[in-house]
Amino acid sequence: MATTAEGFDAHTDDHTHHGADHKPSFFARWFMSTNHKDIGTMYLIFAIVAGIIGGAISGIMRAELAAPGIQYLGWWVNFMGGEASFDANLHMWNVFITAHGLIMVFFMVMPAMIGGFGNWFVPLMIGAPDMAFPRMNNISFWLTVVGFISLLFSLFVPGGTGLGAGTGWTVYAPLSTSGSVGPAVDFAIFSLHLAGAGSILGATNFITTIFNMRAPGMTLHKMPLFVWSMLVTAFLLLLALPVLAAAITMLITDRNFGTTFFDAAGGGDPVLYQHLFWFFGHPEVYIMILPGFGMVSQIVATFSRKPVFGYLGMAYAMVAIGVVGFIVWAHHMYTVGLDVNTKMYFTAATMVIAVPTGVKIFSWIATMWGGSLEFKSPMVWALGFIFLFTVGGVTGVVLANGGIDDNLHDTYYVVAHFHYVLSMGAVFSLFAGFYYWFPKMSGRWHSEFLSHVHFWMFFIGVNVIFFPMHFLGMQGMPRRYPDYTVAYTYWNEIASYGYLIMAGSMLVFFVNIGYALVAGRRAESNTWGPGATTLEWTLSSPPPYHQFETLPVIEEHHDYHDHMSTPAKV
Amino acid sequence: MAGNVNHDYHILEPDIWPLIGAFSALTFTSGMVLNMHEMPNAWLVLGLGIAGLIATFYAWWANVVKEAQRGDHTPVVQLHMRYGMILFIASEVMFFVGWFWSWFDFALFPNALTEVVGGVWPPAAIDEVLNPFDLPLINTLILLCSGTTVTWAHHCMLNGDRDGVKKGLWLTILLGALFTCIQAYEYAVAPFAFGGNTYSSAFYMATGFHGFHVLIGTIFLIVCLARTYKGHFTPRQHFGFEAAAWYWHFVDVVWLFLFIVVYVWGGWGAETH
Repeated sequence: MATTAEGFDAHTDDHTHHGADHKPSFFARWFMSTNHKDIGTMYLIFAIVAGIIGGAISGIMRAELAAPGIQYLGWWVNFMGGEASFDANLHMWNVFITAHGLIMVFFMVMPAMIGGFGNWFVPLMIGAPDMAFPRMNNISFWLTVVGFISLLFSLFVPGGTGLGAGTGWTVYAPLSTSGSVGPAVDFAIFSLHLAGAGSILGATNFITTIFNMRAPGMTLHKMPLFVWSMLVTAFLLLLALPVLAAAITMLITDRNFGTTFFDAAGGGDPVLYQHLFWFFGHPEVYIMILPGFGMVSQIVATFSRKPVFGYLGMAYAMVAIGVVGFIVWAHHMYTVGLDVNTKMYFTAATMVIAVPTGVKIFSWIATMWGGSLEFKSPMVWALGFIFLFTVGGVTGVVLANGGIDDNLHDTYYVVAHFHYVLSMGAVFSLFAGFYYWFPKMSGRWHSEFLSHVHFWMFFIGVNVIFFPMHFLGMQGMPRRYPDYTVAYTYWNEIASYGYLIMAGSMLVFFVNIGYALVAGRRAESNTWGPGATTLEWTLSSPPPYHQFETLPVIEEHHDYHDHMSTPAKV
Repeated sequence: MAGNVNHDYHILEPDIWPLIGAFSALTFTSGMVLNMHEMPNAWLVLGLGIAGLIATFYAWWANVVKEAQRGDHTPVVQLHMRYGMILFIASEVMFFVGWFWSWFDFALFPNALTEVVGGVWPPAAIDEVLNPFDLPLINTLILLCSGTTVTWAHHCMLNGDRDGVKKGLWLTILLGALFTCIQAYEYAVAPFAFGGNTYSSAFYMATGFHGFHVLIGTIFLIVCLARTYKGHFTPRQHFGFEAAAWYWHFVDVVWLFLFIVVYVWGGWGAETH
């Protein structure tokens, strides 16, 4: 019994027949794919590659910040083919933070959560044979890849005071317009256009799949919470990304065709860019966390052997977060000169989001209450998620206050906050989902021992990196600088040691995957036992190439309000 | 496919066009960058990108049409397409929200610190605007009229009157082309050039993107007309046509907002051309 209002008692076909496992040749299978599981696998591999690059860049950043002064940036400028100078070194720093942000947001978290797990498990969980638009699914993936390639192009062409785009992931004008001559920023902007187009197509695909391909008997209110989370996420993508597309198109025309949208000399308004960007950017942060909410709900219920507490409340809390997420954007802009009434509105609206978020946190805790808990690898990551995301959420409530944010804006306090919700919230949920579903996807067991080692090292590492940043921020250290006054040395040095612990844990992760793929024990259909009741556990591990050729039927005999009385089905 | 598929969904064969389409898109955007910075091989790269995109669009939808004719589009798959088209149009609406947002920002809060605008709207640099009740009103009537002709074609479709469909679609396409011609003429004679101030930036980008969408909608309708001649549509199954009609109504509605907000309200009180 888990995750949805009830355990599914589903009739599925026998998956041993040959037709369903007839796979195309190598090239056709991986470069012309119309199979949701293969495309999901490609997204996951892509996200891991991008994550390695983005994570390596954070290593460069932590090395540079380990001590005051400019240490290594000149070396990197020369390495990238430029000529080291004071300006070029600082530009190199800007390129690093820009690349780190864009890669982690658009090419690691989003592809992994939505493209990877969403593609793999939305059809499986609703009992569908594939996505609604399998061919469009494939171009969503390749558009993400070419978006990444466009971002890589930008590293090797001039972008102002050196090579590469150094605008920050927000691409604020006028730094991104008159402040960055040269083609690098154009390549970076088009990178967002390409990846964004892929995401919009993907969102269309998910919404259509979820609305139109649920197995007979699977009503919206019986849908697993991970599917709910993907539905809300897809709507946010669909409605937020086009606004970003318009905004960055204005950047392109301001840069190259003489428009003055954000150029004050022509009457334009740089703050308009910030409004347009954050009208997208705030839903974007929920895009990155909602699928994590969904995965954690599945996992906590599975390893508590209980249905999730307050299923409907959990589903509609995500809907509420999605809706309210569209009307809080200016809390990213408290210091641009908003009037007091506007700041008051955005403060109040932002705090409202703490309510549905609290519903989720407390419902996860209530799910565990009285459950028979098993601390398997997905569960420890999910618990880490709940703890650390709550820390990030609490600092979020602090930052939501326009008056307090006047002091903390653009300090390391903000960096600490959003890394607690992203590199701990989103990433912990990604690892939770990865360990939860890895045996299902690969058919092989990872090592539980190594997974726990990975967890503890990662948990300690990221806390050592990011917790001191709260102190640095409150002491006034601004973000986005490669140098600082000696007073900030102590906590910066500690944070850089934390990076080493975290990086070491990632080696354990890769060893674990390698071990599983080479020597891992074969995984059974239901890897996690009676707590795992959603439909993917009724299929073999890995599932057949085309599953559900006869659709499963979700039976109607459970009373939704009395799910505790239903017998658990395996 | 396996012989024991027991559902009505459309499981597709592997297809090369997504890969070609994505890399063509990258080639196109890279060609744009090379052009904007006058770098070598700019036109070659841009041309390759555009050619690849056109080839992808053509081949992709030719495949969709082929599959439809083959009977792959069961009722549930047709419903997929309805969802898909509605969601696509919803995302397009949000794209235009971005352009209207900037228009309202500039019009309601004209910049007082720069001479080009001078705290007034239309900006000081704009001597004359287009008279909304001249050609823009004609264009409004043309688009509204084309909305009725496409509905005429739709009713003929439902009643199995293929000649009526052809007449309605021909008229719609001609009206769409007329709109585009008038819009092009207006751009040519407009008393203000592209860029340089907020009015002419937001005006041309908003109406330009709309014009581009009219062009796409017209091509979509032309494809439907060609398919009508080939007898692809039946009174019961003609979603390709319906999608084109939805899209056409969408560009129509966007124009109504542009006409009211940009042409009438946005130029209110200014000298007209």
